[in-house]
Amino acid sequence: MTEATGVHQGSTGSTDAPARRSIRSFLASTEIDTRLAGMIGALAVIWIGFNVLSGGLFLTPRNLWNLSVQSSSIAIMATGMVLIIVSRNIDLSVGSLLGFLGYTMAMVQAIWIPTTLGLGFGQPYTWIVALAVGVALGAAIGGLQGFIVAYGGVPSFIVTLGGFLIWRGLIFRYAQGQTIAPMDATYSFIGGGPAGALGDIGSLIVGALACVALAFILLSSNRRRRAYGFPARPTWAMATVIAAGSAAILAFVWVANSYFWPPALATRYAEANGIIEPLGGLQIPTGIAYPVLIMIGVTLVMTYLATRRRFGRYVYSIGGNPDAAELGGINVRRTITVTYALMGVLVAISAAVQTARLDAAVTNLGVQNELDVIAAAVIGGTSFSGGIGTITGAVLGAVVMQSLRSGMVLLRFDSPTQDIVVGIVLVAAVGLDAALRRRSAR
Amino acid sequence: MIVRKLAVLTAAAAMAFAACSSTGGTAAPAGGTAAGCKVGVSWNNYQEERWAKWDEPAIQAALKAAGAEYISNDAASSAEKQASNVENLVSQGAKVVIILAQDGTAIKPAVTAAIDAGAAVIAYDRLIEDPKAVYITFDNVEVGRMQAREVFKAMPEGNYVFIKGNQADANADFLRGGQQEILQAATDSGAIKNVGESYTDNWDPAVAQTNMEQFLTANNNDVDAVVASNDGMAGGVIAALAAQGLDGKVPVSGQDGDAAALNRVALGTQTVDVWKDARELGKAAGEAAAQLCVDKDISKVGSTIIFKSPGGNDMTSILLTPIPITKDNLSVVLDAGWITKDVLCKDVTAGSVTGC
Repeated sequence: MTEATGVHQGSTGSTDAPARRSIRSFLASTEIDTRLAGMIGALAVIWIGFNVLSGGLFLTPRNLWNLSVQSSSIAIMATGMVLIIVSRNIDLSVGSLLGFLGYTMAMVQAIWIPTTLGLGFGQPYTWIVALAVGVALGAAIGGLQGFIVAYGGVPSFIVTLGGFLIWRGLIFRYAQGQTIAPMDATYSFIGGGPAGALGDIGSLIVGALACVALAFILLSSNRRRRAYGFPARPTWAMATVIAAGSAAILAFVWVANSYFWPPALATRYAEANGIIEPLGGLQIPTGIAYPVLIMIGVTLVMTYLATRRRFGRYVYSIGGNPDAAELGGINVRRTITVTYALMGVLVAISAAVQTARLDAAVTNLGVQNELDVIAAAVIGGTSFSGGIGTITGAVLGAVVMQSLRSGMVLLRFDSPTQDIVVGIVLVAAVGLDAALRRRSAR
Repeated sequence: MIVRKLAVLTAAAAMAFAACSSTGGTAAPAGGTAAGCKVGVSWNNYQEERWAKWDEPAIQAALKAAGAEYISNDAASSAEKQASNVENLVSQGAKVVIILAQDGTAIKPAVTAAIDAGAAVIAYDRLIEDPKAVYITFDNVEVGRMQAREVFKAMPEGNYVFIKGNQADANADFLRGGQQEILQAATDSGAIKNVGESYTDNWDPAVAQTNMEQFLTANNNDVDAVVASNDGMAGGVIAALAAQGLDGKVPVSGQDGDAAALNRVALGTQTVDVWKDARELGKAAGEAAAQLCVDKDISKVGSTIIFKSPGGNDMTSILLTPIPITKDNLSVVLDAGWITKDVLCKDVTAGSVTGC
């Protein structure tokens, strides 16, 4: 459209066109994904909009810190859902499975270890045993569902719809559906809260390490490309990307460190440790919350699996064209089974985050989470026709959805309104994405 | 309109209370015996733990005491299946059918058919809009009143947050209505300010927790009391308060008698847990059924009052009164055998509250 107006407007067009071309060439040489850039732009609009409407409440360290924790559980699962949708399958069981695994982990730490085995509460190994049981069970259940899909020839929609009913039903069978609370003290750190965070020094170390890793990965990939004679990023583009990435990482750390412990907790801490509180209260920086750290770790590992490992490339090939993948010698069935097992592991991690955060396991844990997870993946650009979708996109999708929900609660919009807005955004995002795809294909 | 309904409910509840205390139970059918009479129960979703654990044994015990026979089936959350289940119970020879309705409107044709076939019908826990049926339930508006009353007692002024149930569930609004009745005067005078109110999808505690975090952020922690509509959501609210070091300082309400919530009441982080003893409901229904075996005239059932339903029907009803459990009367749930002492008093300093 801009090119057409450029022709009509003569001289103005000639200055406009090179500018546009230079943006395009900038994006090309820095290799920034335009879709991802678009999503970050949309997120910025949402954040600034809410900040204005809420009178400056949204862009405070406290709200952003909360938002990061609130998004983490759905984001963790969305990374796995991307691979499942990319391979032209679906998993409807994640919400029920999350409830079931969360319940099991709660039983391990609140009943089986302390009472059934008679080992007592507060053992140092309790949290890791509970987590290990959850992850192993998640992998087994996910793997079983994947096995039935891949080897049994039952459509994934049906298998996971069955799972959706079965795992929820089993929760009611367990312990007569009673709420199990509280969780083990160490385990509850997985859920965040001021005590479940890295603190300022830890966050700075993580931030610095992340900057170094970013530079190292980009530089070594460039060196490899040069070695094989592939086109590499020019030096200026390299410097820009590293600088921008490091700035984003450090900004994130700075925000997390700017959120101080709530005064009541700080006072309690000061009293417990015999510190005399200075005037204006003790200021303890909270730092990055553990669930957010877990989410970032999961995102990195999943991105590595999806883009750098044979398994990930197989998943995308299967989604692109299952028959060609099969003929090309890919073990499609095994790959599909593994995607579901991986999903099960991620669900277990999310279940740990949710139960730890709530400090309880309840019967309706994870209800409707499957819809949020699928929506996050889809808003993040994952296509139901298979073969297309990124891990980072899905994580951003989860953040977008949670931003909308949290922001609307700040503005006191009730849940019916929230549902309507999130529904519209979901359809609009996918519609826009499809339109852009058609345009770029032309 | 709503105010009028509430007024009727208030009157109904008061009358129910008076009736209960004057006549006591409904057992001892006069002029006949229920021996050998078949009573059928149509569950809507037997999977939910509560029915098998508390309601069913209480109904069975009451029927056994009267010599009546218990039969049942389950509709597994299907309104359609429940309609045929009711017919099935009647054709098995049930003279009284107790229905836990999946859908109070969809079940009406089956209820009419059962009554036409000579059976008596009891609407159990959930309303069926048919004046020929007896309606037995706990008074949900009263639950809301009790929640607000205890929170208000602990915090008579300041900023209030309301965490409501699922928007699609009529009970969520009954509860909120009862809460508002108690707090209306203080709201009008400005002593209480509503600084946050939200429905909670699926009564999900995780959603309640997120909403509470946002309300705390929006008010810069200046929240003095939280009226939460059930125990699960109260747990989410208290987790959000704990993250700000406010747990135990801000009164929070709940209902259901969850073990975890009663433990929180003992610990002092939850102010009140409104307890509806399902066994009382089962016992009342069993006794009413035994009476209906002898005489299917519903006006002969004891302890009933006339309750004007939202659909405009005069329902012959037994409305049971729930019990608010606070740190001062924890012995009630212990004595009733609802919870064991080690669960109730986990991590509670011995002697800090009565009962622990």
